[in-house]
Amino acid sequence: MADTIIKTEELAFSYPAEEGQTPLAALNGVSLEIARGTFVAVLGHNGSGKSTLAKHMNAVLLPAGGTVWVDGMDTCDERCLLEVRRRVGMVFQNPDNQIVANVVEEDVAFGPENLGVPTEEIRRRVDAALKAVGMEEFVLQAPHHLSGGQKQRIAIAGVIAMEPACIVLDESTAMLDPSGRREVLDTVRRLNREKGITVVLITHHMDEAAMADRIIVMDGGRAVMDGAPREILTRMAELRAIGLDVPHTVELLYGLREDGFDVPVDALSVEECAGAIVAAL
Amino acid sequence: MLKDITLGQFFPGTSLAHRLDPRSKIIITVVYIVGLFCAESFVSYGLMAALLVTGVKVSGVAPKALVKGLKPVLFIICFTAVLNLFYTPGEILAQFWVFKITKEGIFTAFFMALRISMLIMGTFLLTYTTSPIALTDGLESLLGPLKKMKVPVHELSMMMSIALRFIPTLIEETDKIMSAQKARGADFESGSLLDRAKALVPILVPLFISAFRRADELAVAMECRCYHGGEGRTKLHVLRYHARDYLVMGAYAAILASVLTLAHFGL
Repeated sequence: MADTIIKTEELAFSYPAEEGQTPLAALNGVSLEIARGTFVAVLGHNGSGKSTLAKHMNAVLLPAGGTVWVDGMDTCDERCLLEVRRRVGMVFQNPDNQIVANVVEEDVAFGPENLGVPTEEIRRRVDAALKAVGMEEFVLQAPHHLSGGQKQRIAIAGVIAMEPACIVLDESTAMLDPSGRREVLDTVRRLNREKGITVVLITHHMDEAAMADRIIVMDGGRAVMDGAPREILTRMAELRAIGLDVPHTVELLYGLREDGFDVPVDALSVEECAGAIVAAL
Repeated sequence: MLKDITLGQFFPGTSLAHRLDPRSKIIITVVYIVGLFCAESFVSYGLMAALLVTGVKVSGVAPKALVKGLKPVLFIICFTAVLNLFYTPGEILAQFWVFKITKEGIFTAFFMALRISMLIMGTFLLTYTTSPIALTDGLESLLGPLKKMKVPVHELSMMMSIALRFIPTLIEETDKIMSAQKARGADFESGSLLDRAKALVPILVPLFISAFRRADELAVAMECRCYHGGEGRTKLHVLRYHARDYLVMGAYAAILASVLTLAHFGL
């Protein structure tokens, strides 16, 4: 099973409840495997447990039931804690709250510094990580002068500098404007393709999920759907039932189909959709 | 507008004063202050003043910026000078009502004002030529021996650098909250001092809540990046003493020694 980077088995978790209330289960027996080098999107509306799942992937939260393995290491094993966190890097929602230093290079160096990497090696990694996210000309800038998308790319560089096998993006694009979102998504997609880093993208944007290799849909603390984007994103009725939407292209094609046009419903990009409509006319 | 405020007022540059190791700069500033308090005569004060002028010249910092730094403490300087002027016993030069001005009083007042001004300008020279990060790094390294006495040196310097990092973020946030309150009809500019102070409460409460939330998130983010205290930590920038550091520190030691010798002989 060398090809599985993250594996969960019957993972359950509930947040501590207020006094007098029964604790609400955030995760209810999630079993899944994430293959090394893949790009996986986790979809779900608010409260579906997708962020809670993400936090289990690098031992920020420890399972109340079941087990999580990262590269064969049980996340409950305290001796493996640092190694688990090194292998699975996490990028959070708010870029301001995850940048530690007031110079870009110092911030990117934070991870390797904590790991006790020798100075020359830190220098090499910082430069390589900044190059990988296309921010090399900002080495000596102060982070608060950067845009949201740039800050998130710095946060990604900070994770890459630890040379992880997997990056988990916990709604990292939620606070960004469209151009910032594109910057971040292009960056992680490139890292996935060129460096073979596994990417787990937690999101509620359908169009972001559409670019993944695989989509896992969460609802009520369970993984309810799991498959290729084309297969998942065209199940309009099921997605709507759990409060999610389908991409606009799929919605349009469904409408055309109901009106008697013979079109496929699995076009995820605008170009593909246009092509399908032209072909049907 | 609030965003442009910087704390510690660092002027970037490449002069010798900028390139010195922060530790040597901290050491020579302390030595300089000790020297100031030992100086008792025109000769030794002249020596200390010459040292300051050389420092300013070498650093390329505008003397105007240094003098500006004195403004907030002008009152304290005047107050100490006046106190010394009237309350030093000695040869009386002028007398009216209960006030006596003595020859010694004039000297002490003059020297005291000079001493405080030079002390402040000397420390400003340090912060003007050293970036806040270098300063924290230097302090951490210099206070290193205290770790043996269980003083959390690494934690303190980490706190300091995070505080510096979040100043612009929190200022921006204050700006935002103020605008939000103003849009809802809050008035921060008119009324008595008490009214204005009271108007600040609705700004401080959300600011504190958000600061706590930020702290929480930052702590998780730091843990995710394998932060586990100062143990086994390496650094991107390792502080290293160069020949210039030894040279400058040697020169300072020599000058301090001469000031002490002069003081010993009552000069």
